[in-house]
Order: sequence, then structure tokens, then C-alpha cells
Amino acid sequence: MSTMTQTPPGTENPVFYDLDEHEHPPGHSTMLGFWLYLMSDCLIFAMLFAAYGVYGGSYAGGPTARELFELPLVAVNTTMLLLSSITYGFAMISADERKRGAVLSWLAITALFGAAFLAIELYEFSNLIHEGAGPQRSAFLSSFFTLVGTHGLHVTFGLIWLGTLMVQVSRRGLVDANLRRLQCLSLFWHFLDVIWIGVFTFVYLLGVLR
Amino acid sequence: MSADTHHGHAADHGHAHGNGHGHGHGHGHDDPHGGAAHGSRKGYWIGFLLSVLLTAPAFALVMSGVIADPRLTAGIVMALAMVQIVVHMIYFLHMNTKSEAGWTMMALIFTVIIVVIVISGSLWVMYHMNLNMMPQMQAEMSSAGM
Repeated sequence: MSTMTQTPPGTENPVFYDLDEHEHPPGHSTMLGFWLYLMSDCLIFAMLFAAYGVYGGSYAGGPTARELFELPLVAVNTTMLLLSSITYGFAMISADERKRGAVLSWLAITALFGAAFLAIELYEFSNLIHEGAGPQRSAFLSSFFTLVGTHGLHVTFGLIWLGTLMVQVSRRGLVDANLRRLQCLSLFWHFLDVIWIGVFTFVYLLGVLR
Repeated sequence: MSADTHHGHAADHGHAHGNGHGHGHGHGHDDPHGGAAHGSRKGYWIGFLLSVLLTAPAFALVMSGVIADPRLTAGIVMALAMVQIVVHMIYFLHMNTKSEAGWTMMALIFTVIIVVIVISGSLWVMYHMNLNMMPQMQAEMSSAGM
């Protein structure tokens, strides 16, 4: 009995070794990596939406969504975020056209709209807490503050990022690294707008209908 | 056969590498296979107008209460939101099946599946938990109270 395995000549699996070093230009995988981060962020929001979906009707004898939410305020907030989205788009177009001044002014306008959004949200939160409808009042309010607050925190960090990026663009111009950063923030900012569609629909509009 | 697949793989590799290079130099939008797609001024305006046209009716329906049946209103509002999310994905996030050799789309599809499972699963399970657990608990509580 032979210990050798019998294979006809020419059918062995050929083995290849990839000895060449591949060139990795800086940041060539950044966009995919950042997209994967956004998708995992999306899962965080999915958990919070699920929690709100489950607890959205658990008022614990406290105020209901219909009594608390002021839809005109939410409509103004939605407008702010939508306007900031399109102004960021114009900043990206100016970046493609390599117009540094235009990029900086569009970014500044975007930051103003973002700050207005945050200010309105904080005003709403402080009103709610003042009325005794803080996060500790009921499971409904806990999940509401967690979900909307997490979105607000994302916008806050987006604003900080926007500010640092404005400094970088004004100091070093529209170099490749800054264009890449602008694109990442573009994805982040528009992604937050997508999450907000879910928030105003499922939390505010359906909450009032409930 | 093995040699063939390997060869194909090597070709793939070179292709992906070429994309990365183009992207690194900041002219990815010239290349349809490039890393991230860019928008045009017109594209952003279309996206913005569509968003306004989808958001305003949703708020108007709920705030005016034109439709008496809240279930029908809720259905319309949710449908509008779904369409608007797709609009944002296409016109603002520039999603397509080609960027990063299709991997962004794969990641998105995977995420959507997980999100649907998490949200619908949670609602389904917790709804039945509430339905089956609460009356009994309330009955026990009221009997204890008496």
C-alpha cells in the first residue's frame, strides 16, 4: 500500500505567492470605512427606535405624546435640518470646483442652521422638563429623551467637526486630506438628516396620532 | 480551474487598486467605478424639493386632521417617510450600486435587514408580552387590593 496519494500529473493545485507590495495611497479606504461606521451607527438608532416603539405608549399615568408635542416647533426644526443639508451639498459642490471662500461660507451657513436646530431642540427639552415631563416621568419619556437626545448629540458632534474642518480648510486649503474629510462629514450630516426623517415621523407625527 | 479563478482574482485586485488610486487623487467622480459619487447642484435641488414635497403633506395631514381615520393617516405618513428616506439616500448620500465596487450597497442592504428584524421583532415580541402578561398581573393586583 502506497503512502503517496495518487494524482495524475498536471492536476495538483498550483500555488501562487503574491510577493508584490501593494500600493496603499493614504485614505483610499476611508470612504468605505466611514460608511461602515455610519451603518453601525444606524444599528444604534434601530435599537433606540425599537425601544421607543415598545415604550411609546407607556405613559405611567403621566402626560401623553399628544399633550406634549408641539408640531409647529418640530416642523421648524425639520426645516432647519433640511436647509442645512442642502447648504452642505452646496459646500461640497464648491469644494469640487476648488473655491475655498465659497466652501467656507457654505459651511458657516450650514453650521448656523445646525445650531438653530440644536437650540430649538434644547428649548423643547427644557420646556418638557419644566412641565415635569422629564426623562424620569415615564418609560415613554425615557425612551423619547434617549432617542431624540442621541440624535441631538450626533448633531452636536457634527457641529464640532464642522468647526474644526473650517479651521483646517482656511489654514491648509482644499488639499486631498481636507477634501476627504469634507466628504466624510457630508455623509455624516446627510445621514443625520435621514435619521431625523425617522424621528419626526415615528416619534412626533405618529405619537400625536396615537 | 483553480488557476483560472486565481487569475480572475488577481485581475479583480488590480481593478480595485486602480479605483483607490483615482480616489486618492480626488477625481473619483470622473470615474464611474470611483470611491464616492458626487452630486450636482441640480441633484441637490431635486432632492431638496422632493423632501419638501414629502415632508409638508405629512405635517399638514397630522396637524389639520383632514382624514378622520388615524390609521389611514399613519399609513400615509409612514409611506411618505419611506419614500423620503430613499430620496435622501439617492440625492444626498449618492448611494448607487457601483461606488466602492458595490460594497457600500452590500453594507446598506445588510443594515436594512438587521434594522427591520430588530424593530419589527421587538414590536412583535413586546406586543404579545403586553397582551399576555398584563391582564393577569392587573387581575392579581386588583385581587390583592381587595
